[in-house]
Amino acid sequence: MPAQSTEFRVRGTAVALHRAGQGPTALFLHGAGGVPQWLPFFDLLAERYELLVPEHPGFGGSDDPPSIRSMADLALFYLDLVEAAGLERIHLIGHSLGGWLAAEILIRDRSRFRSLVQLAPAGIRVKGVPCGDNFIWGPEEAVRNLYHDQSFAERILAVKPDEAQMDVLLKNRFTVAKFGWQPRWYDPDLEKWLHRIKLPALVVWGEDDRIMPPAYAALWRERLPDARLVMVEECGHLPHVEKVDVVARRVCAFLEEVA
Amino acid sequence: MQLVSFHLMPYRPLDLAEAAKHRSPWVVLPNRLYDPKKGAEEYACHIDALVYAEELGFDAIGVNEHHQTAYGLMPAPNLIASALIQRTKRVRIAILGRALPLVNNPIYIAEEFAMLDNLSKGRIIAGFVRGIGSEYHSSGVNPYFSHERFHEAHDLIIRAWTEPGPFAFDGDHFGLRYVNLWPRPYQTPHPPVWIPSQGSSETVAWAADPRRKYPFLVTFSSADLVARYHNSYREEARRQGYEAAADQLGWACPIYVAESDERAREEAGRAVETLFNDFLRQSFEMLMPPGYTSISSMKNFVRMRGALGGGRLTAEALIDSGTALIGSPKTVLAGIERMRERTGFGILVALLQFGILSDELTRRNMDLFAAEVMPHLQG
Repeated sequence: MPAQSTEFRVRGTAVALHRAGQGPTALFLHGAGGVPQWLPFFDLLAERYELLVPEHPGFGGSDDPPSIRSMADLALFYLDLVEAAGLERIHLIGHSLGGWLAAEILIRDRSRFRSLVQLAPAGIRVKGVPCGDNFIWGPEEAVRNLYHDQSFAERILAVKPDEAQMDVLLKNRFTVAKFGWQPRWYDPDLEKWLHRIKLPALVVWGEDDRIMPPAYAALWRERLPDARLVMVEECGHLPHVEKVDVVARRVCAFLEEVA
Repeated sequence: MQLVSFHLMPYRPLDLAEAAKHRSPWVVLPNRLYDPKKGAEEYACHIDALVYAEELGFDAIGVNEHHQTAYGLMPAPNLIASALIQRTKRVRIAILGRALPLVNNPIYIAEEFAMLDNLSKGRIIAGFVRGIGSEYHSSGVNPYFSHERFHEAHDLIIRAWTEPGPFAFDGDHFGLRYVNLWPRPYQTPHPPVWIPSQGSSETVAWAADPRRKYPFLVTFSSADLVARYHNSYREEARRQGYEAAADQLGWACPIYVAESDERAREEAGRAVETLFNDFLRQSFEMLMPPGYTSISSMKNFVRMRGALGGGRLTAEALIDSGTALIGSPKTVLAGIERMRERTGFGILVALLQFGILSDELTRRNMDLFAAEVMPHLQG
């Protein structure tokens, strides 16, 4: 199902917004890689939900306002966005950096949200278990370390990005550094407020995640007040890409249950 | 021409074959490869050579700052500068430079420079840099805010040196209720500020601003690039309404002088190759962390790197491109004069020790440079 893409403005900041499907609202918050393409996972969700996939400020086709300097700024921007769009009872789905963002939003104001799905989220840390350093990895290494099944990596590495795609890659990378370089991939103040996310939550993690270590999954499960955890076998940092069928099935079953 | 004798203080005993097995000699090279007994000797030899440069008639001796690397053993260059002050009388001491964005309170840098300026009775040249990309990996400081932090730290340091304290400084990165420097710098209004750089257009425009007119030192670039950066500084100065003076333009270059071109290449060829291929080896991701330069500067860098091609740089290529001046006194002098004709530069920062170049050859290089090249550049 092809997505419909529009520009959505929030207090002067234009955000590229992709959407598909009909039904209750599901809002997907992308990770560090942005939204370079429409994913099969999105199509599966769009069969039952109105799925909204915005590109965060500073990524892809969205504006990069200088006022957004931290994850806290980004979270408050999204609270403005859902208010401006009049969204209610939102199922919030975050991946990696987007999972971190989802948590930053919900500890501040969960009133417009119905549930939370976390796919290998960043945002908290386990002391003594460092994340993978994807800022020091070379381009090939960085792609390979995203996946357990290297055939996914090879398909990506076989295609050379054109100039416009390179520009987007660089823009995304700059923004990711702004939010996640230091402290690396977490907010020291987030973990202690996760109890405020009084929503049913599903945490999904690849057992072979080389970026956000699987040891982090247990901490999320423990800190969120109403969370269940799904570990996905033979899967890296992109469970919704690498194991799309099983992950989409688990996510849809969860969303149905909490509806 | 002002002549500066400059050492990076590489860790020469490094096991290069072992180091080559790691991602880079920066940030991640296991420090079990550092032997403190050998390292202590290295410090002693490098300091002796810099002190000797005063005897030979150099105007200044130079040190710099790098972290967590075998490329240079001076994470705290002011400690070396302090030692050099005690062992020299007349020569200026150039710290090229301190990396301003890497600290959480730049007042400490203002204080240290002010102390050194007092200890040396006004012989300090204060270099300000952002640190190279790898330093953002080793320090954890966010490269996205590197330019902001540099400019803010610079403004704070200059104000701390020149304005009566105490006063409050309201920065976005550095906010201080009390700025009140004890000691104040010895020189008036403050030690000269030099800007060593890899030549980003943002830095050129900022350094050339008539309120600053900071000497701009181009490091480790081919002669064509050095000329391009010098001339872009000149154009920028003209655009801002004045003609840049010779002593606003500097060139930092590995130099080796021997009796003949052949002998010079034979003695220094491998050393200069180790500097560029072994000690400087860093990936794009290390050199250019996101936000360290603008997106357009970063794309230029990618293009230039692509043009250079991969693989090891040979001494021949480094000499041919004018990245290093290696040869007879006549050859080396000609290289310097050619650059002077192209850009009118007036500060030569001579790297007379580089890579694995031994103490003995360093000493001979310095003697011959002082005897055969220096007289033609002075006066």
